[in-house]
Amino acid sequence: MKFVEILYYFFMLSAGVSAAMILFTENLFRAVLLLLIVLLSVAGIYVMSFAEFLAVTQILIYAGGVVVVILFGIMLTSKTSGTALTVKNTNVFSAALLGCLLIYLLIRLLTKDFSNAQTEPLDFNSIRETGINLMTSHLLAFEVAAILLLVTLIGAAVISSGNKNSIVK
Amino acid sequence: MIPLLHTLYFGAFLFTIGLMIILIKKSLVMMLIGLELMLNAANVNLVAFNQMYPASISGQMFALFIVVVAVCETAIGLAIVLHVYKMHNTSVPEEISELKG
Repeated sequence: MKFVEILYYFFMLSAGVSAAMILFTENLFRAVLLLLIVLLSVAGIYVMSFAEFLAVTQILIYAGGVVVVILFGIMLTSKTSGTALTVKNTNVFSAALLGCLLIYLLIRLLTKDFSNAQTEPLDFNSIRETGINLMTSHLLAFEVAAILLLVTLIGAAVISSGNKNSIVK
Repeated sequence: MIPLLHTLYFGAFLFTIGLMIILIKKSLVMMLIGLELMLNAANVNLVAFNQMYPASISGQMFALFIVVVAVCETAIGLAIVLHVYKMHNTSVPEEISELKG
């Protein structure tokens, strides 16, 4: 087994185990830290799959932005101070049944024998290709994403500002 | 060489875990965490299929835009959770019962 493949399976294992631990932990804060491990491991999988730009985006936006935003959300919506933030479970049996059914179906569906993933180094620069594509063939989607981000910025500020006149009660 | 099937199995596992977190946990913030896991599972699948044709990077581009939309969804979702907390003083979905008869 080559070193690249060992790294690939290591990232998959750490992401899978951390995701399963989110399901079983009852501490909200610990769940966010486990989410951070999952996101960083997925970024590692992207690097192994020659998606370098996506990996850097994942680390910057998810690990740097989303996790911090979720932590702020936890701090602003918790009543207790000093005690651990516990989350109760509900519908455990039906959810476990549905989860088992879904993963059984997904694994049964994936019967086609796909080709192996590319692990040899490629002869082109994927980051350069991403930049060229963003400015040529994907320019419309790029601009729409920019407008979406602007709308989100204004919308989030308006919703959470608590101004009674601007919010439909 | 890593079989593509193993990455797809990993994506299916991550998606199922995310769905179960949304169904089981009694907290709005925890449901957002489950949503992030499901979106990441979709992205892992896109990147994996991109490796069948590494010269065209359409899968990576698609995943990039999914990341943008996921971030917008998290920001708006947390703003809504904060507003709900201000109005109902709780972030447990079962206790928000103003619209129940």
